[in-house]
Amino acid sequence: MFDVASLTVGHELEPFSRLTDLAVWNRYAAVNDEYVPIHMDDEAGRAAGLPGAIGMGNLQWAYLHNLVRQWIGEQGRVVKMACQFRNLNLRGQTVTARGRVTGVDRGPDGTDVDLEVWTEDQDGNKLAPGTCTVRLDG
Amino acid sequence: MADTAEGQTRTAISAAMQQSVGSELSRMVSYPVSESDIRKWALAVYYPEEPPARFWDEEAAASSRQGGIVAPEDFNPFAWLRAHPKGVSRSSAATDADSTERSLGIDGPHLVNQLNGGVSVEYGEPIRPGDVITSVTRLGQYREREGSLGLMLLTPMETTWTNQRDEMVKRSTLVLIRY
Repeated sequence: MFDVASLTVGHELEPFSRLTDLAVWNRYAAVNDEYVPIHMDDEAGRAAGLPGAIGMGNLQWAYLHNLVRQWIGEQGRVVKMACQFRNLNLRGQTVTARGRVTGVDRGPDGTDVDLEVWTEDQDGNKLAPGTCTVRLDG
Repeated sequence: MADTAEGQTRTAISAAMQQSVGSELSRMVSYPVSESDIRKWALAVYYPEEPPARFWDEEAAASSRQGGIVAPEDFNPFAWLRAHPKGVSRSSAATDADSTERSLGIDGPHLVNQLNGGVSVEYGEPIRPGDVITSVTRLGQYREREGSLGLMLLTPMETTWTNQRDEMVKRSTLVLIRY
């Protein structure tokens, strides 16, 4: 729980982090039907001009939602989200989703909060930068 | 069209492709979403840690703001099997860089590889157990640019999901990058 009334631009969300190994990728491929060769097989990745097998963009997308849901809890809902897949998620990277508040708009139906969100690797290189708007109660 | 470093202009967008902008690419209807579908999705996206109880425990979900289990916003009810069109999805579509145009009955750009370049979504009603979701995807306006991998064709796919009450679940745009 956090105090919506005291929320200001610059507030940083508690990060959401996962080691992206084959076990993680496999679980996601299993529910999203993403057994695509470049996501499973280093040879297929190299044949496509990539360093090896790469993680699914949709899983980065899911981590960004996990980050925001973890922050808002029961205090609001996700209105919109966008991201670009700028850099590759390689096997064995620790991916961390982060976010910070860029705008706060208090209205009669709640408080709309704009966020800068992104995933990054263990060296701080951004993988999937994006934006999000949530509507909070109060 | 994209300008190369040598000042030449080249394009992978044919006249037939340009004329197809706005066409319906796909229309899918999901099977009714089950609590088990939602639980498995939540387990996968939070793996190896336990997902929030509101995604898998009816008692916890009942006391949540949604009053019951709802799917995470990023949930996909169309993976593996759909009520319409029937049958197991063909995974070749994910590796065939011409599949978008082929589904419209026209020639593709004959590029070799494709990647998901980015996505933007506006959310409406949450997905609950029992919901049947209809997805309609239309072809957006093609764009091109020269990238590190050569000519890159950017193809927006504009999708709307509605539930069985015709309520908007989400509107999304996915940009397919082909090179």
